[in-house]
Amino acid sequence: MFDYNFHWRPVLKSLPDLIEAGMVTLQVAVLAMACGIVIGLGLALIRLHMRGPLRWFASAWVELARNTPALFQLFFFGFGLGAFGWHLSPYTIVLAGLTFNCAGYLAENFRGGFQAVPDTQIRAARSLGMTSVQTYLRIVIPQVLRIVYHPITNQMVWAVLMSSLGMMVGFRELSGETQFFASRSFRIFEYFAVTAVIYYAIVKIILGASRLMALRLFRY
Amino acid sequence: MIEIRDLHKKFGALHVLKGIDLEVQKGEVLSVIGASGSGKSTLLYCINGLEPIHQGRVVVDGTDVHAKGTDVNKLRQKLGMVFQQWNSFPHLTVLENVALAPRIVRGLSMAEARDVAAKQLGHVGLGDKLNSYPNALSGGQQQRLAIARALAMEPDYMLFDEATSALDPELVGEVLDTMRLLAEEGMTMICVTHEMGFARDVSDRVAFFHQGTMEEIGPPAQIFGDAQSEHTRRFLANVR
Repeated sequence: MFDYNFHWRPVLKSLPDLIEAGMVTLQVAVLAMACGIVIGLGLALIRLHMRGPLRWFASAWVELARNTPALFQLFFFGFGLGAFGWHLSPYTIVLAGLTFNCAGYLAENFRGGFQAVPDTQIRAARSLGMTSVQTYLRIVIPQVLRIVYHPITNQMVWAVLMSSLGMMVGFRELSGETQFFASRSFRIFEYFAVTAVIYYAIVKIILGASRLMALRLFRY
Repeated sequence: MIEIRDLHKKFGALHVLKGIDLEVQKGEVLSVIGASGSGKSTLLYCINGLEPIHQGRVVVDGTDVHAKGTDVNKLRQKLGMVFQQWNSFPHLTVLENVALAPRIVRGLSMAEARDVAAKQLGHVGLGDKLNSYPNALSGGQQQRLAIARALAMEPDYMLFDEATSALDPELVGEVLDTMRLLAEEGMTMICVTHEMGFARDVSDRVAFFHQGTMEEIGPPAQIFGDAQSEHTRRFLANVR
């Protein structure tokens, strides 16, 4: 028979700490996404328009980020670089690992987005005397951002959830903090149940904010 | 004046333009007719430098379009272009579509660019649509928007690439009326078109293209009434 007795009191006592750790999770995910968007955009442009070593580098990045476990990528920045004497803080390891992973996925989203904007839009802009940089900044990228907006939102959610791997490299984000408290009190189920609710709330807030932003950004 | 000498253009093995010689004077309206694939549209792209050429020269007001060192972006401000697919920018309002290039290319202030845009949109009959997005416009309205967008750069020449071909038949008239209006105002125009009525009524000269060569050029009365070339006669017999 089921004879487990729930004890929620210790979890509720450490709730402020868990929420604070949730903010750390959100912070590292937002930062990783911001860096990932800039790098992913660059990788996509390199893969679309350049040849030679830079393109090989961009392709290797995308291939590795998308086709190896995210945990291995974190381990690379943690233990891999550590083996060469380059010791990063747990925060930096998670930020670098998440950025690497997000940039790889976003690069493919952006590439699809660029290919979805018709060439005729570029021709029309160039025929008005716009330079290629003006054409990209004013005409192409705004359209690409709309095309990749929802995939970016998905990636943001994925970044929040994936940051939980940080506990494997000793990072005290939401999962790491939960693990810490759970192992002290042995109320493992209760702690992780509450943490799951906090993750769920964070993701729902992100999705809601994304929807509101879309209404404001995309009026067409 | 636009001066074209011995213009050759290839796409891979396909020789699209085979030695075109043509002059278009200020104030002239030239219609270019011919079957699909005869090189008419490519001619326009070569005139404003959107396509590189393989041989020959295109000179606009004394500037060689394809010469090294030519600032094509500056030159394109003289050469307004309207495409078959109107290519309105979907993320910008009608007013922003027209005001953008005057602001960032001509360097006008936001207020000046908006004034110019509103004036040109009024000119083509879209004065009541300034804050709409292109997806709320009909094909004909979007094509007039494209015309206003090109006019806002205050070009000396307008190049029309089958401006009415992608439109529903009932929408063709409004665009042709706008083009007629421009012709009456003295705009220099090169119109690649399948609208024979327009070519006959509005043009000063009509050029017939056949398989990459300019087979015949002359006043509309000559081309439509007394064509010298067998190809021209056969083409006109088929499209009438």
